Amino acid sequence: MAIKDMPTEECMLPGNASCPGCPATMALRIVLKALGKNTVMTVPACCTAVIESLYPNTSFDVPVMNIAFEAAAAGASGIEAALRQLGQKDTTVLAWAGDGGTYDIGLQALSGALERGTNFIYICYNNQIYSNTGIQRSGATPYAAWTTTTVGGKTEFRKEMGDIIRAHHIPYSAQTCISYPEDLYAKVKKAKDIHGPKYIEILAPCPPGWRFSMDKTVEMGRLAVETGAWTMYECENDIMTFNGKSKLILDKKIEKKPLEEWIKLQGRFSHLFKPKRDEEKLKLMQQHIDQIWERYRKCP
Amino acid sequence: MTMMIDTGNYIAAKAAIMARPAVVAAYPITPQTTVVEGIAKYVDTGEYKGEYICVESEHSAMSACIGASAAGVRTFTATSSHGLLLMHEMLHWAALARMPIVMCNINRVVGPGWNIWADQNDSISQRDTGWIQIYCSSNQEIFDTVIQSFKIAEHEKIILPVMINYDAFVLSHTSMPADIPTQKEIDDFLPAYKPHWKLDVNNPITFGNIIAPMSYYKVRKAMQDAQEHAKTIIPKITKEWEQTFKRNHGGLFEEYKTEDAEFILISSGALGAESKAAIDELQKKGLKVGLARLRVFRPFPTEEIIRLSKKAHLIVIDRNISIGNEGAMFNEIKAALYQKSDAKVIGYIAGLGGTDVTYKDIEKMCEKAVRGKTKTNEWYGLRED
Repeated sequence: MAIKDMPTEECMLPGNASCPGCPATMALRIVLKALGKNTVMTVPACCTAVIESLYPNTSFDVPVMNIAFEAAAAGASGIEAALRQLGQKDTTVLAWAGDGGTYDIGLQALSGALERGTNFIYICYNNQIYSNTGIQRSGATPYAAWTTTTVGGKTEFRKEMGDIIRAHHIPYSAQTCISYPEDLYAKVKKAKDIHGPKYIEILAPCPPGWRFSMDKTVEMGRLAVETGAWTMYECENDIMTFNGKSKLILDKKIEKKPLEEWIKLQGRFSHLFKPKRDEEKLKLMQQHIDQIWERYRKCP
Repeated sequence: MTMMIDTGNYIAAKAAIMARPAVVAAYPITPQTTVVEGIAKYVDTGEYKGEYICVESEHSAMSACIGASAAGVRTFTATSSHGLLLMHEMLHWAALARMPIVMCNINRVVGPGWNIWADQNDSISQRDTGWIQIYCSSNQEIFDTVIQSFKIAEHEKIILPVMINYDAFVLSHTSMPADIPTQKEIDDFLPAYKPHWKLDVNNPITFGNIIAPMSYYKVRKAMQDAQEHAKTIIPKITKEWEQTFKRNHGGLFEEYKTEDAEFILISSGALGAESKAAIDELQKKGLKVGLARLRVFRPFPTEEIIRLSKKAHLIVIDRNISIGNEGAMFNEIKAALYQKSDAKVIGYIAGLGGTDVTYKDIEKMCEKAVRGKTKTNEWYGLRED
């Protein structure tokens, strides 16, 4: 669906407390357009808990239950069970968490909820850091990225959350990026109509966290996809389908851009270029991306 | 009414389903396991028609109960020891979010080393979470207290979660008879839950977002006020139960033979029940010792303790220890009396790690206290071998 055809109804109200150029609000605005007002949301500790605004105000026009950092998926399980008992079977339960709350501290509860078949949508907006606490490394932080806890650059590669999710064999999982709102809208809409656990991860380039200008959020997301650093796909009943530029890259209809085109624009990687180019690390990072794509090409 | 002869855990499971919670979320841990197994059986037989979420941890059990409670339904869970400790963060969350969740906690030793016997350090270490804490001394009391606890938790002047504590094995796995009212009688006493607020798509409100210091200060005061209200509401509810079912295990305390007492023993849980036999023996010997079995530890019954101290000196047995200080009940009882009473307070630590405490032991402790021979905060029965 084209942006102009999306519902004009806004469930994110004006006056939220996000940073300028924040990808989380851009994504959530589209997500809530796709889900509509018959949605109950739970939010663990993450930037969105701040974006909601200060009590007694709120910037959300759907009911929201805040919950502890590691507890979003478990809280959602409780909400979903209660709504079923109350006969509200058509209400969507949305858990909305960051990458820290998903890849790391919330992984156990998420895995449990997926395994139990909880009928909900879990969305991870992934800005590849603990941003709410002030830019610390997470399991989603890429290799060599500077954070306040990886001062010389991260020495490990990020974990492949998509692989972990797919090992649960849930009816629907997908990856998308804030730079492609039509793709995001379509995926959320599709997830809404599927029964059982659904997982969607949205790449969310964070201007203060990645160290780029606040007007470049969308561009940074596009470049992540075009360089293959991020992949857009859907996995329905264990069948992988790649979307948008990611499909063209997979089918070798277009070449993915060199990774360097994405990382050179981000201050968190500046130590790879100054005072002198770190050829070894740059090569290693490109190889890592290439290997991921080789694996994708072997997917069923 | 029918007679059920069963263990504390199976009787707790029976009470839990008769309270008609819409959602139960639980994780197994010894010695709570037979509570979750009991509920699973009722799911299988169709006697329990609510949702039963078999979560992957106690942290998630409490989180799921919070989610369900926020969505507007009655919820129940049960745990013990390490499970309770894993819940710690969410215990605070449930109370601060004012969720009227009811939970059984089977009092068990905290490791290491692994030990599954009775000890109250698990629940005592959760005393500052905002939960109401009740300690039971028999299987009948467990049944009655589970039903009463929903009424307490959901009372419009309370709206706080309730933790029902009882001793590992001594109660959890020991069969005793209990009168089970009919479902109709239970429904009449405990009507369907009407939430005071809930997650409602027609009235979208954000719960638990960023809060400024003064607003948070008010939240804390409101919780404290709710606990204060509970001091009068709990005895009213147990009285109401008595009118229908002809039994009352006490409001905040159960008093036993305290009429002419010169010393009053304060103990709790199964040790509190054992204390009755000790009191009988002591009184036969002509020693004027009575019993006040402490049922409710939160809210702390300060006024009741002052009242008891006006008629007698107090002997306290704690099956817990605040390491670096003293038994929690002994400590709080003394604080309650500060500048209010001249009564002596004699404290014992006993039964830690599940060591057996018989009525004979309690008799000895009391006799020694009456004779003025007890050392300050004495550890009873600790052998050097």
